[in-house]
Amino acid sequence: MREITYRQALNEALIEEMERDPDVFLLGEDIAVYGGAYGVTADLWKKYGDERVLDTPISENAIVGVGLGAALTGMRPVAEIMYIDFIGLCLEQLNNQVAKIRYMFGGKCTVPLTIRTEGGAGRTLGAHHSQSLESWLIHIPGIKVVMPATPYDAKGLLKSSIRENNPVVFIEHKMLYNAKGGVPEGEYTIPIGAAEIKREGSDVTLITYSKMLFACMEAANILEKEGISAEIVDLRTLLPMDMDTVIKSLEKTGRAAIVEEDCKTGGTGAEITAQIMEKAFDWLDGPVIRVAGEDVPMPKSPVLEKMAVPDVNKICAAARKLIKG
Amino acid sequence: MIMDKELAKKLLRQMMEIRQFEDMIMELLAKNIAEGGSHLYAGMEAVAAGVISMLKHDDYITSTHRGHGHAVAKDGDLKALMAEILGKKTGVCKGKGGSLHLADVSKGNLGANGIVAGSLGIATGAGLSMKLKKTGQIVVCFFGDGASNNGIFFECLNMASLWKLPVVYVCENNLYGMSVSVKRASAVEDLSKKALAFDIPSETVDGQDVLAVREAAGKWIEQARSGKGPSFIVANTYRYYGHSRSDTRAYRTREEEKFWRERDPIKIFSGRMEEQGVLTAEEIKEVEEFVAKEMEEAVDYAMKSPYPEPEELYTDLYV
Ligand SMILES: Cc1ncc(C[n+]2csc(CCOP(=O)(O)OP(=O)(O)O)c2C)c(N)n1
Ligand SMILES: [Mg+2]
Repeated sequence: MREITYRQALNEALIEEMERDPDVFLLGEDIAVYGGAYGVTADLWKKYGDERVLDTPISENAIVGVGLGAALTGMRPVAEIMYIDFIGLCLEQLNNQVAKIRYMFGGKCTVPLTIRTEGGAGRTLGAHHSQSLESWLIHIPGIKVVMPATPYDAKGLLKSSIRENNPVVFIEHKMLYNAKGGVPEGEYTIPIGAAEIKREGSDVTLITYSKMLFACMEAANILEKEGISAEIVDLRTLLPMDMDTVIKSLEKTGRAAIVEEDCKTGGTGAEITAQIMEKAFDWLDGPVIRVAGEDVPMPKSPVLEKMAVPDVNKICAAARKLIKG
Repeated sequence: MIMDKELAKKLLRQMMEIRQFEDMIMELLAKNIAEGGSHLYAGMEAVAAGVISMLKHDDYITSTHRGHGHAVAKDGDLKALMAEILGKKTGVCKGKGGSLHLADVSKGNLGANGIVAGSLGIATGAGLSMKLKKTGQIVVCFFGDGASNNGIFFECLNMASLWKLPVVYVCENNLYGMSVSVKRASAVEDLSKKALAFDIPSETVDGQDVLAVREAAGKWIEQARSGKGPSFIVANTYRYYGHSRSDTRAYRTREEEKFWRERDPIKIFSGRMEEQGVLTAEEIKEVEEFVAKEMEEAVDYAMKSPYPEPEELYTDLYV
């Protein structure tokens, strides 16, 4: 299979969906001639022009609000919020309008809106350009939240998100854009709301998503040499969350570590843990462990930034603790 | 107007400090000594130096994501600023803020900001505080043309005018917000008109002419100090470098860049000072060499400084 980058995979998904459906259009900051801050919309403006690739003013709240208005009235917009750190600027429109309007209107409208954004640490950009805020979003009923890790998943899930008749926040990771992976030529989609076992194992389940998948894969290799067999569940979608896949894995391993980049307190792992308690307590051999981001704003300094997020060592330590108690 | 020699030297030094600081950062980025990114202020020096030179030491400023210039001009400690950008313990924010969050509250710099238009609220609130406390201090709020399209801009201008706050809003119009030109982003191309809706007096100045900037700033700072409320200055200027390292500058022409580089604020000012006999060519050169030495020391200091200790990750979150 050919290998392409996560960025290229996303770019292809956008092109294919724009070709497929004339109602699909893009709006966001610097997505036209610049091709997006991380290059995901490269060359699309040349191809589709000002009507389908709209550079917006620096007006995040309006980007989402305008996206909603267009989605309600026949278009299928894909909005880009350059950094998830700016999501607070449009949270009013997202939370009060986008997420609730269909329900409030008694199901009499649909919101086929996709909001692409990216998050995560790793570029030493400091507190306003490195956050992982997905847990804020999974607290909003009415939207879906997708976070792919591989180029294959990124393409298939972005295509599904655009076709989805509910609003989707699609969160990319800034450190993955150059990562390569196998992506077949031609059409395929991946269902929203389906986790995937990225590595089979029998002793411990690592539950993760987005960039942390790769740290888990590395950790699993190290653990294997120590005789610990780790299974890795890549959630891929956080809302709705595919707990069936998680539970099935726990039936086998009885031990769970959740690996997430966002701040630990009130984070995504807290929700996963609670659901495990509710749905899979009987399968557990011990407490669930969370390997999560520290509860601090992201510091600039490269040494502190590394400490603030999970790494392979912390994951291995958690797995050993689960096994050895 | 014939200028005082010392003042001329000071303005020149400040502009050269900003320029050389930014050129140095560019070099450090290229060598991967500085990580992450930096939005550089080169080309826009006359705005920061012109406005800030009209402030008193205890007046406040708020800055932007393109904040090195403001920080240097507001009595910035070059060593501590440079160390901050490298994420070092000796940085002005202990290495926790970085380029996007350069601040020195002790010097009245309420900070750069990673959020475009993120400091408009801070500036307006500081103005409210100055008014309530009757301190006679004033606040200068720097922001870009792009920021003037964000909701908080309109909300703050309205409040500042309503409450007659001592804030001078300085819009650095460098023609682009990242890749999007003012024409493509703002329905009103003459940005000074945006103040009209709020009954705020506005003035557009040549942002490459430090003396023109000083004149306008002086007038509006005085008005703010005397309790007559906010004002709005649009300084027309240009950033020399791309928005960030990966910027190929496809949205602007090389001719346009050349046009602006010929309108270089440092050249314009030093040329005029020489012409008017305020400074000799030697004196100008001396300032330049003085600044080059300062910069060398600052980089040396920053590079030799240690990174923060691990415990620092958890400090400073709460008092
Ligand atoms: C709220 C927000 N939106 C977008 C960005 C990304 N961004 C950083 S600088 C910039 C352009 C800002 O333009 P302008 O206000 O004109 O300032 P300039 O960079 O030209 O000095 C953009 C879009 C951001 N940092 N914050
Ligand atoms: Mg600008």
